[in-house]
Amino acid sequence: MDTAVTTENEGSVWGGGNRPLGASYGKLMMWFFIVSDALTFSGFLAAYGFSRFKFIETWPIADEVFTHVPFFHGNYPMIYVAFMTFILIMSSVTMVLAVDAGHKMKQNAVIWYMFLTIIGGAIFVGSQAWEWATFIKGDFGALETKGGRILQFVNAETGERAAIDEFALNLNEARIADARDKGVWFTDNETLTTFSLNEVIEGFKANPNILIRTETINENGHKTLLTREQSLGRLKDAVRVVEGANLIRNEYGSRLFADFFFFITGFHGFHVFSGVVINAIIFFNVILGTYEKRGHYEMVEKVGLYWHFVDLVWVFVFTFFYLV
Amino acid sequence: MAHAHKLEIFRGLLKFKSNTQKIWGVLIFLSIVTAVEVVLGIIKPEFMLTTSFAGMKLLNWVFIILTLVKAYYIAWDFMHLRDEKAALRRTIVWTPIFLVSYLVFILLFEATYIYDVFKSGFLAWDF
Repeated sequence: MDTAVTTENEGSVWGGGNRPLGASYGKLMMWFFIVSDALTFSGFLAAYGFSRFKFIETWPIADEVFTHVPFFHGNYPMIYVAFMTFILIMSSVTMVLAVDAGHKMKQNAVIWYMFLTIIGGAIFVGSQAWEWATFIKGDFGALETKGGRILQFVNAETGERAAIDEFALNLNEARIADARDKGVWFTDNETLTTFSLNEVIEGFKANPNILIRTETINENGHKTLLTREQSLGRLKDAVRVVEGANLIRNEYGSRLFADFFFFITGFHGFHVFSGVVINAIIFFNVILGTYEKRGHYEMVEKVGLYWHFVDLVWVFVFTFFYLV
Repeated sequence: MAHAHKLEIFRGLLKFKSNTQKIWGVLIFLSIVTAVEVVLGIIKPEFMLTTSFAGMKLLNWVFIILTLVKAYYIAWDFMHLRDEKAALRRTIVWTPIFLVSYLVFILLFEATYIYDVFKSGFLAWDF
């Protein structure tokens, strides 16, 4: 009987029963999803590359933007992002170990490894939330010109970046945010910055050791520092104070930079979040013994594929957003 | 996936005794690669910034190649592509590689063109 069935399948390719890819339906569908999602992320990163090449001379330098580590003061470029990368790789490892334990039908080991994976994912999402908060809050503040260019400040003595609250004068100007309940009902203004444009300009004039740094990157790969005379000239173009980042403008430089930051890391963060949720569902199923009854842990393997994919995407985001 | 795992990495240079051992081995390798990337990103060696190869800084080439190396080991060992049939592996890998190379090529060329227009055209955008 066995021989008869095999012969029939071999004889007719269209007769069904062939498994050319040797993978189950569920796993194949997960791979289809992953490939299409990979193309989506590639689209985002390629669009980032497009905008960056378009403004290659003025794009913000990531090292100067992502310099913070929670609970530590000071300048630590890349350290926290590297930590996040490591956390995600680590949770990928516990995920493979869970899949491996599943193959051996060790329920308790799968439970523990899934648990550790979920914790790793939660730490990553939390770190990303913190990074967003830091990015949105900003640290030095800047001015924006009529053309939408960002002017940052540098202390000429130390060569370090100067925050606007270090030199801006407090002129006690009465400023009221034009909120809906205070102005005309249909007008809605942005949040007031800590200092008004005038206070920053007057403060700049009163402090001879403050210089302006433009967005333009010079041949040494640094942002161009203007002389005091050039700075005072450039100051005339300033139209507003920018603190931190939102979807319209940011103190780091090109407007598109913050947009892509929110868009790409946000989309990735959402993937991690949904990965954590799916992992948690599978985790409870493992505890309930669903896969023990089913006789195999393929579901863990499928969710594992998704989880590794999220890690894989982060490897690329890390390179193209933070390193290159 | 069959229960048999291929336990060799680096083209058979390193052979592990069990799948668990291979997983830890790959983790160590990926951590080293990430550490190298971060260290290079912080110190930015002068010669790598000044040397340019095929229109891109040497440092950026190193970053991109190391990323692809990491991606390979994540896909091959964590996602078990090494144990899958060649047909499935090729379907998954070559489809994005082909499409993404095309997209990147076309977008970066267009961006360079726009950059030239901004630079040499009669267009003021920094005022």
